[in-house]
Amino acid sequence: MAAHGHKVLGEVLVELRNVSKCYGRGDRYTEALRGINLTIREGEFVVLLGPSGCGKSTLLRIIAGLIGVSEGEVLYRGKPLRGVNPNTTIVFQSFALYPWLTVQENVEAALEPLGIPRLERTKRALRLIDHVGLDGFETAYPRELSGGMRQKVGFARAMAVEPELLCLDEPFSALDVLSAESLRGELMELWLSGGIPTKAILMVSHNIEEAVFMADRLVIMDKNPGHIVADIPNNLPHPRRRKEKAFLAMVDQVYGQIVGKTRSEAEELGSAPGEPGATRTLPAAPISAISGLLERVNEELTNKIDIYRLADEFVDNYDEILPIIEAVELLGFASVEAGDLSLTPLGQAFAEGSIQARKEIFAARVKRVPMIRWILSMLKAQPNQRLSWDVFIAALSREFPPEVAERQLDTAVDWGRYAELFSYDSSDNTIFIETEQPLSQSVPSS
Amino acid sequence: MEALRRKTIFATGQGDTAYLSGADILILLSLAVAIYLGVQLASNAPPSLARAEIDLNPQVLPYYALQSVRRMAAAYVLSLLFSIIYGYFAARSRSAERILLPVLDVLQSVPILSFLPVVVLSLTAVLPQAIAVELAAIVLIFTSQVWNMTYSFYQSLRTLPRELREAASVFRFNWWWRFRRVDLPFASIGLLWNSVMSWAGGWFFLMAAEIFTVGDKDFRLPGVGSYLQEAANANDTTAILYGVLTLMLIVVLLDQLVWRPLLVWVQKFKLETVESDDPPTSWFYNLLNGSRLAGALHQILIVGMIRALDRRLGGARRFEPAEQERPLRWTRRAARILALVIFVLIVTALGIQLVQLLLSVPLDDYGRVAAGAVATALRVLSAMLIAMAWTIPLGVLIGSNPRLANFLQPLVQIAASTPATAFFPLIVLVIVSNGISFNVAAVLLMLLGTQWYVLFNVIAGTTAIPKDLRDMTDLLRFKGWNRWRKLILPALFPYLITGLITASGGAWNASIVAEYAEFGQQTYKVLGLGALISEATAKGDFGLLTAATLTMIVVVVVINRYFWRRLYRLAAERYTME
Repeated sequence: MAAHGHKVLGEVLVELRNVSKCYGRGDRYTEALRGINLTIREGEFVVLLGPSGCGKSTLLRIIAGLIGVSEGEVLYRGKPLRGVNPNTTIVFQSFALYPWLTVQENVEAALEPLGIPRLERTKRALRLIDHVGLDGFETAYPRELSGGMRQKVGFARAMAVEPELLCLDEPFSALDVLSAESLRGELMELWLSGGIPTKAILMVSHNIEEAVFMADRLVIMDKNPGHIVADIPNNLPHPRRRKEKAFLAMVDQVYGQIVGKTRSEAEELGSAPGEPGATRTLPAAPISAISGLLERVNEELTNKIDIYRLADEFVDNYDEILPIIEAVELLGFASVEAGDLSLTPLGQAFAEGSIQARKEIFAARVKRVPMIRWILSMLKAQPNQRLSWDVFIAALSREFPPEVAERQLDTAVDWGRYAELFSYDSSDNTIFIETEQPLSQSVPSS
Repeated sequence: MEALRRKTIFATGQGDTAYLSGADILILLSLAVAIYLGVQLASNAPPSLARAEIDLNPQVLPYYALQSVRRMAAAYVLSLLFSIIYGYFAARSRSAERILLPVLDVLQSVPILSFLPVVVLSLTAVLPQAIAVELAAIVLIFTSQVWNMTYSFYQSLRTLPRELREAASVFRFNWWWRFRRVDLPFASIGLLWNSVMSWAGGWFFLMAAEIFTVGDKDFRLPGVGSYLQEAANANDTTAILYGVLTLMLIVVLLDQLVWRPLLVWVQKFKLETVESDDPPTSWFYNLLNGSRLAGALHQILIVGMIRALDRRLGGARRFEPAEQERPLRWTRRAARILALVIFVLIVTALGIQLVQLLLSVPLDDYGRVAAGAVATALRVLSAMLIAMAWTIPLGVLIGSNPRLANFLQPLVQIAASTPATAFFPLIVLVIVSNGISFNVAAVLLMLLGTQWYVLFNVIAGTTAIPKDLRDMTDLLRFKGWNRWRKLILPALFPYLITGLITASGGAWNASIVAEYAEFGQQTYKVLGLGALISEATAKGDFGLLTAATLTMIVVVVVINRYFWRRLYRLAAERYTME
């Protein structure tokens, strides 16, 4: 073991060469991953980070051999990988324990297929259960355990098969804060002390702090289609402390990579469906979240806030706040630079405005968004200013996969309704422009 | 009740298609051809058959009961195996799913009883008569039990959480480990609740399958069903009462000693990680659980057997191709087209002969079939209306009043699991001897057989209304009709539809026994599709039988697709609590 508790890098375990993955054909074609090149060596703890939908879980499953690739090569110890990789195992977000088996049976179930004799199996299972600190709970069923204890069973089960490469799929994100923290610490102790035969760990995470706390390398991905945007080494010495300057600087650096920087307005707006150029997609941000965020930033004297702090206060995982930030950028209420979010004068006016004033500001801004503009012009072209939901979906489906099209229209209608630009009638599933607006309907819909 | 609700609601209608697709038409045609083939075999059956005598002495009842239970058990085991195999194929292979699901959908709309003569006679054509009749009864019961179980298993496999499936792959479970550790446990609760329902349905048809005549051929099997029928023929009310009592006793015993304990045991396979409020309980289960002898037997027999199976079948999956869509190779595509062409050719050739058989049926008979279809439809409709009229108020009362539920629930369950066909002779005798129209008896029997589905669903729907909504309705002071209109009826709607779909399907099926009865020398019948099927069976008129059966299948499938499925979708979209 090297100084600072870092492991010496050894042989290459996994190598991905120009890997792409797509699903479906024709209209349903979606590209999940494109041009992924990644190497994992012995002794490394690698974390995959990125917004939801960037394919990080897919990538993990490709490496575990659960999913095949559409293009490119996956090599394990230099040999092409076929089928499930026998040298890996996964610890799942939802634990994936069999609720009808006891703790001990769950751990033993992983050993049964390997043909290990019953006595040996039991011995190994008991040792591992003891190892993760669940001694005394062997005969308990998962439903009797807390989330943290269940995930300990998940770890014990994974370690029972003694994998070379341990894959963790957001293993701490379904746990409460305290359990997650203690489990992270215990895993780091096992890993750094060499108490387990595991040679490398690959973890998918939603949590930047967690990633910086644990990993030696942070691989940052972005979506549409999933690709790697940055590969940041993390040489902070162990044990790492979250309040240390170097730690915070690292977290800030990673946030900067993920959130990016506000572009010029023309670039930010993009183009409407059917127009040339990149179609602007709407971030799935509800109105209440947008106003909540703006109000919070407005509380700061400088009208400026560290995105990292914002995420810490508001949500469990940073990727829940990304679409909201994207929305306020798109609407021109705030801009992002170097990991900071600052309000524009317009955003400030919105945050301080009355209900009606907010609606007016929002309407003025949202009309500039190509998708909304496009919906309005389609509606205005109709004699009764009314069009079926499905017509819009059909039009959007030319550019997006069906479920994305649905989500886009959901957001557009939510925004359009709030701005009182158009409304939606659920009885016949149509979107229409309201000709008169009785007072009772001008209450915000959210 | 908890698990029943979850597994039955929105588990019956799988598909989204509310119209007949090309595949459906193809399936209907193939089914028609299959019926035709059976009829061909049937008309070649040996002419005279010996008949077993049914003894009306109550002392033989235990033996008869045992015989009936054995028949039921055989059919049930067959259903279980079929469900698992069919469910696996449908769930695991995309291309198989495309064929197997619509087939299942049509098959469950088939009037089971009209297949009895076809099945029996075609079996007697190839097997010794005693075995053939026994087998025919089992096959008939099987067809009444199997479809909902198959659906349930298929649906469980499709809804298995992704990470549980992936964990099985990562830990390299082979097919056996996957089945025993993952698929079967996960499916077990749904499968068991459906088994209970199927078992009750099986009794209904057992009554009819143990004794019947086709033309001049008379078939009997010793059993409770044939005992009751014979007692009715002899107009022996005491014997009828003994028979009904025996039957109810078996139903209660099986419920207490087999199904209840199993339902309690199967709770351990629940996926939810929280404990439920009112898990089912069973005194017999607790007794077994506390018994050392039972424990030792379990250890030796069951655990021993499972271990032996594990040794033989268990192992690590050596090679597993990764999940990946491959484009079809042209050879496979060509083979598929060839198979389809051959299939279509055979179906066409047989179809032509079928058309000839149908053409041989006189035009008059078609008039009766059409009129009968309308009459039976009206009868089904009135049975459903009557069922709703009493089950909604009672169900809501039971569902919203736990103390009443504790008291009434077991009674209702016993009533529901006693086959209506057992009471039929009694009802007919009472009604006809009082000069009331046989029409009333027909509707009453349909009602007896199917109203329970509606009642159970109404109870489940009522208990599922969230407390907050009830409280809010109280705060808004919605009373009387307003409360029903604003809260109860909309909340019940999805449950009611689910219940009615099952009930109306059952009512069509029951029309075959309900619209036509022969006791002693007397024949009672009304105009109806079911009566026509029974009559054609009794007379051995295979042309009419085929025509009437096909009509019923088409009518039921069309009503399902164009009426029920639309309502079902509406219920799922607008009236589900989420």
